[in-house]
Amino acid sequence: MSAVSQTSGAGADKIVLEKAFVKNWKAPISFGVVTIVALLLFVLNGREGTSSFKLTADATAIQLPVIQLPTVATGIVITVLLAGLTAYSAYRVQTERKTPLWIVAIFAFLFLVGFLAWAGAGASIPVYGLLLGTVALSAPLIFGALGGVISERSGVVNIAIEGQMLAGAFVSAMVATLTGNAFAGLFGAMVAGMLVSFVLAAFAIKYLVDQIIVGVVLNVLVLGLTSFFYSTIMTANPQMFNQPARFPRIEIPVLSQIPIIGPLLFQQTIIIYIMYVTVFVVWYGLFHTRWGLRVRSVGEHPQAADTVGIKVGVTRFWNVSLAGAVAGMGGAYFTLGSVGAFNKEMTAGAGFIALAAVIFGQWDPLKATMAALLFGFATNLQSVLGVIGSPVPSEFMLMLPYVVTILAVAGFVGKSRAPAADGKPYIK
Amino acid sequence: MTDQPTNEPNPGLSSSGMSDTGIAHLEGPLVSTGPVEPEPPSRWRVAMNEIMGGSIMISILSIVLAMVAGAILIAVTDKTVQATAGYFFAKPGDMLNAVWLAVSGAYSSLFQGSVYNFRREGFLNGIKPFMDTLNFATPLIMAGLGIGLGFRVGLFNIGGRGQMLIAIAIAGWIGFALDLPAGIHMIVAVIGGLIGGALWGGIVGLLKAKTGAHEVITTIMLNFVAFYLVSFLLRTPGALQAPGSNNPKSPPMKDTVVFPPLFGERYSVNLGLVFAIIAVIIVWWILERSSLGFKFKAVGYNPNAARVAGINVGAMFIWSMVISGALVGLAGVSQILGTVTTGFSSGIDAGIGFDAITVALLGRSKPWGIFWAAILFGAFKAGGYAMQAAQGIPIDIVLVVQSMIVLFIAAPPLVRAVFHLPTPGVFRKRTKIEAV
Repeated sequence: MSAVSQTSGAGADKIVLEKAFVKNWKAPISFGVVTIVALLLFVLNGREGTSSFKLTADATAIQLPVIQLPTVATGIVITVLLAGLTAYSAYRVQTERKTPLWIVAIFAFLFLVGFLAWAGAGASIPVYGLLLGTVALSAPLIFGALGGVISERSGVVNIAIEGQMLAGAFVSAMVATLTGNAFAGLFGAMVAGMLVSFVLAAFAIKYLVDQIIVGVVLNVLVLGLTSFFYSTIMTANPQMFNQPARFPRIEIPVLSQIPIIGPLLFQQTIIIYIMYVTVFVVWYGLFHTRWGLRVRSVGEHPQAADTVGIKVGVTRFWNVSLAGAVAGMGGAYFTLGSVGAFNKEMTAGAGFIALAAVIFGQWDPLKATMAALLFGFATNLQSVLGVIGSPVPSEFMLMLPYVVTILAVAGFVGKSRAPAADGKPYIK
Repeated sequence: MTDQPTNEPNPGLSSSGMSDTGIAHLEGPLVSTGPVEPEPPSRWRVAMNEIMGGSIMISILSIVLAMVAGAILIAVTDKTVQATAGYFFAKPGDMLNAVWLAVSGAYSSLFQGSVYNFRREGFLNGIKPFMDTLNFATPLIMAGLGIGLGFRVGLFNIGGRGQMLIAIAIAGWIGFALDLPAGIHMIVAVIGGLIGGALWGGIVGLLKAKTGAHEVITTIMLNFVAFYLVSFLLRTPGALQAPGSNNPKSPPMKDTVVFPPLFGERYSVNLGLVFAIIAVIIVWWILERSSLGFKFKAVGYNPNAARVAGINVGAMFIWSMVISGALVGLAGVSQILGTVTTGFSSGIDAGIGFDAITVALLGRSKPWGIFWAAILFGAFKAGGYAMQAAQGIPIDIVLVVQSMIVLFIAAPPLVRAVFHLPTPGVFRKRTKIEAV
């Protein structure tokens, strides 16, 4: 990123550099495939009836009208629009320009509306419930993804997100029950995630063990430890160890009155508000502070960082620990925010989806957050469609985040480049 | 760098063949020329040094350390120990006695559940636990070989679960849907499973070779895709679901396809063990005696050098993942045709795909090493169930001990520090310089 700005700055002294543009047809091709899917589903396999989009919950004061759309007509209009966007994207590539992100966003949104209209033909689609569930399902993924971003930006691959979250979930349930204070539980979760990170960091940085191996093994270790203690201690005396106090919902005075967005974003538990702050702080910190510059430098070029006096090992160690603390908070969301008690294997692969969000989000905190929201949305969409009776089997909806991630790492959805020294131990 | 040891060259380098990187190779000669050694050690000292600090010693001591950690967990969660700890300073003997009873009881039932049960009449009955161990070890050997082969090419195949599930879906369908003569049916099912695993592994190799997609990510993602795909097939009538049932479960395997028991109906060991041993020999042959294996290892040591030497690195990625996936798929086949023949659900893989990673690491990616590591982990599994039944200790402790073994093995300097062992790398480096 910095290299690009330097070359544009060097252009001031009238040196015109020859530019090579590689025509990348991946975007139009992906668009085309999706458009054909839309054509097959919405038009050729169209379902009769009207689809109604319900925007507000029943209980809220301000009610928005229910949007009624004729299903087949909507499908045709949307397919035509998608084809238009595909053609525009192809035209841009032909004239040696890239497909900007906003076109991708509009394309995805249109397809989604078309899909919802098609899947919910003759039924009422609870848009509000869909979005509310998305926030709930995405929260742990966002914490986990931020933990992944911090760690990998500093050059240590964090496969152990799952372990950090599971440790956080276990310890938060235990501490919150023992102290009767949910905040103590949250703090405990951060410490637990950090402890897992200490092991990861010590083995990866001091003993130079392959970081992926340590991560995988740590996941197994934490799974074994938490399951063992759950079976021996927690189930023997759940009142004492596994009935944590949960966070209450807090309404933010003015903001919570905004239609749709208000109840969605501002009638949440404190852990969600902490999440908003964390996303902002990680983004601002990484790209606008000295800390962020150091983290990124040891992740991109540790030798250069070492030359200017940054202690690579120490920087990596503390940032991996910080990453563990953030991921640990995601674990606390499971016990203190949603479920209310610890269960064996309760993270159930969320750490791996968070890892997918890191990669799909191109190691950028904001994009990773978006990816986590997308994955949360896909998971929730599956359960909502299950309720209204979807024609698509739920397993295929659940598969979606993983397929999208495979396409992302294969380079079909944008370019995904890891920090240059990610996963490589630094030996002075 | 404050946390780097300055007096000994690169402690991690001599340990694991996988963690060394380009940087490490560059630094190697710089470091080794640095310190000037006063006099070479005697041959006897070098030999002792190799034995005391070598990889076999590290493996054994890692197992000891992990067992100690497991013992601490058992003792801490034991009720009698907790009760006696309350008056430890008044009567310390009570607590120490309770600790001894808890730990020795646990580990003796682990032994009796995995090797030989002294309470049973006669040798043939007493040896039954060891046969269970071999049965648990069978799929671990196969899957461990697959993962280990990937390691030798520098690929980290975490997709064991997905490859097993796809293999199981294909072999299982052949097993209950087709009507074939006894021997042929079994062979067709095994081949179907091999193809299924090879296909699912091959996708990863293809993506890696053509687009550079990291295999760790794609294998994890394909695990989930396979899981949901098989879950869907298992609840779809006409696909894998048993007719007339609403459960997501397949019909039982036909008698013509099931692996026959090796040593009579009394024991659970079946023909799968023979397949596993054949697989060990084939993988050993591929790695040590074939040109394909030579290319695999060349790519594993340094893909750039291999490319310069004229090896098609992308093709090696694809072929190694195909073979790796096929071996892991074979583990799935042995699960449904040998162990669980009454029909399978989506949890049939039983975590073998992940256990196989630890098996391959413990066996240091060598075929016979994996064989013995799998038998050890099979013993943990068989004994873990016995321990859970006899002493009420959750089987999850086996996970803890297994993962600790691998963690310790991955970091020889840590184990050496705990036991004050010498570092063989120091001598090895010195003799190399003399040779030059």
